[in-house]
Amino acid sequence: MSLSDAPGPRWRPAPLLPRDEEREVSLHFVVAVLCFLACLMAVGGVSADRAARGWARDLRGEATIQVRPRLGETGDEAAARAAEAVAGVRGVTEAAALEKQKAEALLEPWLGKAVLQDLPIPHLVTVRLDRAHPATATDLKKALDRAGVDADVDDHARWLKDVERSAGVVRWAVAILFSLTAAAAAAVIAFATRAGMAARRDVVEVLHLTGAKDAFIANLFQLRFARLAAVSGVFGAGAAAAVTALIELVGGGQGFTPALPLTWMDLLTVSPCPLVAATVAALSARLTTLRLLRGTL
Amino acid sequence: MSRQPTPRAAAAYGAEEAFDPTTGPVVRFQNVGMRYGRAPEVLKDVGFTLPVGSFHFLTGPSGAGKSSLLKLIYLANRASRGTVQLFGHDVERVARADLPYLRRRIGVVFQEYRLLDHLPAFDNVALPLRIAGRKPQTYRDDIAELLTWVGLGHKMQAMPATLSGGEKQRLAIARAVVTQPELLLADEPTGNIDPEMSLKILRLFVELNRMGTTVLIATHDQDLVGRAGMPVLHLNEGRLSRKATRRAPEPAAPDYGPELGPEYEPEPDEPELGYDLGDEEGEA
Ligand SMILES: Nc1ncnc2c1ncn2[C@@H]1O[C@H](COP(=O)(O)OP(=O)(O)O)[C@@H](O)[C@H]1O
Ligand SMILES: [Mg+2]
Repeated sequence: MSLSDAPGPRWRPAPLLPRDEEREVSLHFVVAVLCFLACLMAVGGVSADRAARGWARDLRGEATIQVRPRLGETGDEAAARAAEAVAGVRGVTEAAALEKQKAEALLEPWLGKAVLQDLPIPHLVTVRLDRAHPATATDLKKALDRAGVDADVDDHARWLKDVERSAGVVRWAVAILFSLTAAAAAAVIAFATRAGMAARRDVVEVLHLTGAKDAFIANLFQLRFARLAAVSGVFGAGAAAAVTALIELVGGGQGFTPALPLTWMDLLTVSPCPLVAATVAALSARLTTLRLLRGTL
Repeated sequence: MSRQPTPRAAAAYGAEEAFDPTTGPVVRFQNVGMRYGRAPEVLKDVGFTLPVGSFHFLTGPSGAGKSSLLKLIYLANRASRGTVQLFGHDVERVARADLPYLRRRIGVVFQEYRLLDHLPAFDNVALPLRIAGRKPQTYRDDIAELLTWVGLGHKMQAMPATLSGGEKQRLAIARAVVTQPELLLADEPTGNIDPEMSLKILRLFVELNRMGTTVLIATHDQDLVGRAGMPVLHLNEGRLSRKATRRAPEPAAPDYGPELGPEYEPEPDEPELGYDLGDEEGEA
């Protein structure tokens, strides 16, 4: 009895689905590109969100008071009185009158010296608020009324609302683009599964006729495309991380621009990409396989 | 060497309790008609029964519907009318999710072998066991033994493409019988191999039948049918006619005359294997 050709005790059966290198190369490319785009979108979204939070925090931490001087009182005097009045209010860390020269200096580059002389420059008080428990506009207004200062308080609420609305739009846009990318990846995988089943009809039929359940066959395709997508995800995420790092380096320690601040931690944003890609691919391949098999006896 | 006839599993691996292999005949066709799409029927009013442990040939000219009839049994196609019963179950009434369990009780030697080209011989034979969820350690030795039994002991790691027609055929047979199926179907198993190899393969089927497997072989090889001396179901243009083509009739064997009714029913007792099939060289 010659069993010389028999496999040894460590024998494991070979994969049931033959590999399809040619098809895989282009599929790898498409999925990797989608992953790259999704990752860039995620990084951009995170960074935009951070920017919005930063602006909101700055706005929330400040208020501006515009003072109208009484008769016989200079603007600077009125502003000084206003600053004094609000300095004692709870929730105010600092209040300072913006001197006329300073205000003019701020405006000069835009308006020019000639125009400035004819302009009624508003008399302003900048108030720095306690970040944790900021004083409200009403608090400030009351204090000013008590001190007999005629003034308008702007707690930047309108700007805050604008910033928050923009941040919301960006968040939604990123979520929608992200979903679209995932849907595109799922569609590509579904298409590839269909093609793979057609190309490997011989295998699928033999498995089916030998008593394989649909789930058994679906598992083969699911595993194959999950693996493929995971590898593509690594490449796509890696490329996105490289681009992020490049921007970070070019932008220096201060971040790329104040509008889109990146940090090194943003590189972590791309790390779930391979897992997400594999999950999307597995689901798509499984559903496609099961749907196609359901049409058979 | 000899392959130990291990006691037949009560049911195919993973089969549900509802399928009792002892009830009813293995296969029963009643007024079965079949068509592909809108084409005319390729099987018409087919009725027959395969008792447990029987051995039949299915003959008929090319295009008579032999392969189609087998497809109905191995559940690749549905009858367009009539009833097909497998192991006592009307296949139309079996839930789709349970059909795999019925398929696992049937071994099929396909006409075109249908081996998986990317897998070595050994893995091809392992396929039905993997599908049934068996662990590799539990069947590795059985497969080596089975491959040796069909004369492929030295080709276990060979890829199907490198095998000769006869070797492929025997590999396909090994895959079909590895689960010790209750029913073995073979579609033109001696189609393109020489007479000597045909005889060897026939001997293999007879041996399996001896171990209790019900066998149905579709062939147009009259020589083979004559040698085996087994009952014949003859198909012509989709209709079953009764014919007893046997060159060496056995005294104990039933006589299937042309006067048999539309429901062909051979004697349930197994025919004696008294005919000469040459030296059993596989036996030691
Ligand atoms: N998949 C198919 N689709 C359509 N017609 C088919 C198909 N398979 C077989 N037929 C037709 O059914 C008839 C019987 O074929 P088949 O069962 O293969 O006969 P046999 O095996 O006896 O040669 C033939 O006319 C054949 O053309
Ligand atoms: Mg045929």
